[in-house]
Amino acid sequence: MRGEDPTRGGPPAALDVPRGWQTDRSRAPHATKIVVAGGFGVGKTTFVGSVSEITPLRTEAVMTVAGEAVDDRTATPDKTTTTVAMDFGRITLDTDLVLYLFGTPGQKRFWFMWDDLVRGAIGAVVMADTRRLADCFPALDYFDSAGLPYIVAVNQFEGTARHDPEEVREALALPHQVPLVQMDARQRVAVVDTLLILVGRALDTTPG
Amino acid sequence: MSQAVLCRKPARVRPYSLTGGRQRRCRVLLVETFVAALDTPGDGPPGPPPDGSGPLPPRSVPEVRAVPEARAIVELCFRLRSVAEIAALLKMPLGVVRVLLLELADQGRIRVFDTGHGTGRPDRALLERVLGGLHRL
Ligand SMILES: Nc1nc2c(ncn2[C@@H]2O[C@H](COP(=O)(O)OP(=O)(O)O)[C@@H](O)[C@H]2O)c(=O)[nH]1
Ligand SMILES: [Mg+2]
Repeated sequence: MRGEDPTRGGPPAALDVPRGWQTDRSRAPHATKIVVAGGFGVGKTTFVGSVSEITPLRTEAVMTVAGEAVDDRTATPDKTTTTVAMDFGRITLDTDLVLYLFGTPGQKRFWFMWDDLVRGAIGAVVMADTRRLADCFPALDYFDSAGLPYIVAVNQFEGTARHDPEEVREALALPHQVPLVQMDARQRVAVVDTLLILVGRALDTTPG
Repeated sequence: MSQAVLCRKPARVRPYSLTGGRQRRCRVLLVETFVAALDTPGDGPPGPPPDGSGPLPPRSVPEVRAVPEARAIVELCFRLRSVAEIAALLKMPLGVVRVLLLELADQGRIRVFDTGHGTGRPDRALLERVLGGLHRL
């Protein structure tokens, strides 16, 4: 999966050169993370790849399926265990500050992973595709109950109807203070703007 | 998947003077937690001599269970790495990597760094820094 996807906006794998902070083993930069959640195919990996300084990497967690229907491509049917893949990228924001972006599938049966993943996180970007809005309901429910700051990013696939943001808000029952942005996950500038809005939202919800 | 916070509780309480006060160490292994090798390259369980001849170097008592995966982790960690990076680069499940890292940390072969804000929500000062960093991109 190394950089073959031409739709990715990130730098090629050849630029995966070590940063200064990686060679000093006596100290570590501040490590922060943002979670990118949403249904399959909504554009999470694309989003991460558009801003990451490394080619997105994939980690896997093994989970046990308790007789549940398996409905995604990464799962192996007829097994009691399945693997959940998370793609992640990295941005060095300063010599002593690094941001990780973790793209993770949004189904309810993956919540076991999220308790772990959201610990210490800045917040979450919930990606939505207006053709399959319901795919992001579980993520919204989770972040609501976890009290994690989040925003909704509508990934606008071309050829799909542009919806009035207010209609989308209503369909998602989104509280008015939660930002909703329409963006293109393939464009680095749009992804950076989305991250800025999320961090701004996190600031708004953090007491001074 | 294993828990992010792995706490080692000693079987019995060791006298303070022997442990330097570290009666209980609690290491937090979030996906973004940085770790680094404490060994220098070349340390660790000796492999076969490079040319197949000559005596083996004097072998210190191997405190490490020399599982290949643990050695692979230490080698990766000659550069600062996050837990997630190790799992991805070695194609190992996160839970397995966490267990091995905890073991290596106990053996004094790797160092686990704090994220800078523990496991809590980042404070305003940190969020402002992240905002500034993103603006400069
Ligand atoms: N046209 C278009 N395609 C996109 C966009 N974002 C992602 N894709 C494509 O949609 C597919 C799924 O995206 P991916 O990032 O893998 O989704 P994930 O399953 O959420 O990680 C890929 O083929 C992407 O190239 C977009 O904004 N516009
Ligand atoms: Mg993906």
